Amino acid sequence: MKKYTYTEKKDTRSGFGDGLMIAAKANENVVALTADLTGSVKMEAFEKEYPNRFFQVGIAEANMIGVAAGLAVGGKIPFASTFANFATGRVYDQIRQAVAYSNKNVKICASHAGLTLGEDGATHQIMEDIGLMKMLPNMTVINPCDYNQTKAATVAIAQYEGPVYLRFGRPKVPNFTSDDQKFEIGKALMLNEGKDVTVLATGHLVWKAVEAAEILEAKGISVELINIHTIKPIDKDAILNSVRKTRAVVTAEEHMMNGGLGDSVAQLLAINCPTPLEMVAVDDKFGESGTPEELLVKYHIDTQDIVSACEKVITRK
Amino acid sequence: MALTSDLQNTATQVRRDILRMVHQNASGHPGGSLGCADLMTALYFEVLDHDSKNFTMEGKNQDLFFLSNGHISPVWYSVLARSGYFPVSELKTFRSINSRLQGHPCVEKKLPGIRIASGSLGQGLSVACGAALAKKMNGDNKLVYCLTGDGELQEGQIWEAAMFAAHLKIDNVIAIVDYNRKQIDGPTDKVMSLGDLHAKWRSFGWEVHDMNGNDMQSVIDVLTTVKKNTFKQKPNVILMKTEMGFGVDFMMGTHKWHGSAPDDNQLANALGQLKETIGDY
Repeated sequence: MKKYTYTEKKDTRSGFGDGLMIAAKANENVVALTADLTGSVKMEAFEKEYPNRFFQVGIAEANMIGVAAGLAVGGKIPFASTFANFATGRVYDQIRQAVAYSNKNVKICASHAGLTLGEDGATHQIMEDIGLMKMLPNMTVINPCDYNQTKAATVAIAQYEGPVYLRFGRPKVPNFTSDDQKFEIGKALMLNEGKDVTVLATGHLVWKAVEAAEILEAKGISVELINIHTIKPIDKDAILNSVRKTRAVVTAEEHMMNGGLGDSVAQLLAINCPTPLEMVAVDDKFGESGTPEELLVKYHIDTQDIVSACEKVITRK
Repeated sequence: MALTSDLQNTATQVRRDILRMVHQNASGHPGGSLGCADLMTALYFEVLDHDSKNFTMEGKNQDLFFLSNGHISPVWYSVLARSGYFPVSELKTFRSINSRLQGHPCVEKKLPGIRIASGSLGQGLSVACGAALAKKMNGDNKLVYCLTGDGELQEGQIWEAAMFAAHLKIDNVIAIVDYNRKQIDGPTDKVMSLGDLHAKWRSFGWEVHDMNGNDMQSVIDVLTTVKKNTFKQKPNVILMKTEMGFGVDFMMGTHKWHGSAPDDNQLANALGQLKETIGDY
């Protein structure tokens, strides 16, 4: 098992904020919008450095999406950011019509996604957002795993022409990917080559999967671990090549089972290479208040759940 | 400058186009389209500074128009075709399979003149505000127009955009409300009262203007006046009084032709009231 270490824990939303500054410096057409959450989505530095390219829309997310689409008509590259719940479910129709169907170069940047938002509870803990966004034609869906990767993804999507949903979160998580990584949209990253089971993880669950792989290795199970940072378009070749070797798959994500990464993988495998599959994801339940750590355990999307899923799926080969 | 009578003749032809388009597939929205035919003719043949032969998405150094109430696509398609964006003969494909003239306007089919999809109501003014901001950032001093329905003002997003435009002093945007007091289910006063629209827009920080939208001279005069009132730190809105179904006697005074197409006899009757001017497609 390849060894992964980190020197500090950082929040992925800060990766977004810092990546946005790099993107903004590189391209003067990059503009930013938020709906009364400048600090929470880490846009303070952008607002200070580029006040004329920053738009505070107030608590009016529907308008934010429409304004972003209009700015894109005028050649701007709008990064519209708020909490994931308000960035997707609340404005689904606006995104559908003015961004996705109209194919506008708008970047919807969603913070505080998933359970690990923690104490605010289920009203804010959206776990349907990946599903909502990946269903839209023209929409690219990206869910990076740590600070460095979120920063790199933010820079990459500024250079990509088309609608993007970028998902990140609030908690400080191990920052273990490299600071100078090149982010390639749609390209899965092999973290460890193995032979007994393939683990496909996304977002915060990638580090949990690293921990799980180490535990499994100690038990004599060889894990092939792949970071699926882009849910759509999904890297079919990387997944199928791995699965044809291991013949067993576990997906891991901080999202509902319905509509998430596991669902995309299940579709891919059912059509191309039917294979035993276990999904580590939230099973059709709303979240609740608690610490991120408590919630991951209670909702069965923690390290031990990935370990158990791997052990189980191997028996189904 | 075009003669008012020429614009009126063009608007009459546009009305014929609308009726024939919705008749051929027995679907579409003639009522609001007929009511807005004078405004749309005035915009595309007189007021807008635009280049129909060289359409670009950004429309740099051109005026932009956004149709928020996308269901009145027949009138838009007619004025776009007749002002040169695409062949007039293409109007016959309206709402048919493989057509660029979708039931509601879209970008996906790449019909020149369209910059955003609309149909789900309440969104156009936000888009227009964003495009107007981009123009300011790009040093482009042209204007952005946005037409909405009046029933559409029941959507909350309209008022989000209204607040936003006033707050940011987006003074290069002109909103026009098709104030016909009718929507699918009946009179707006019965479905959901709009209240005092003048006071509402004014209290949101907009300059409010009135227009008789079915009097070409009023349309031209008011648009001319409002253009002079742009770039003065406030957004402008025109409450344009129209008659749904204007130009066809049996389609006026009712909301029933909002989204219904005429049959063969009704079409013949309607066209008899609107004599061919420029020539049918």
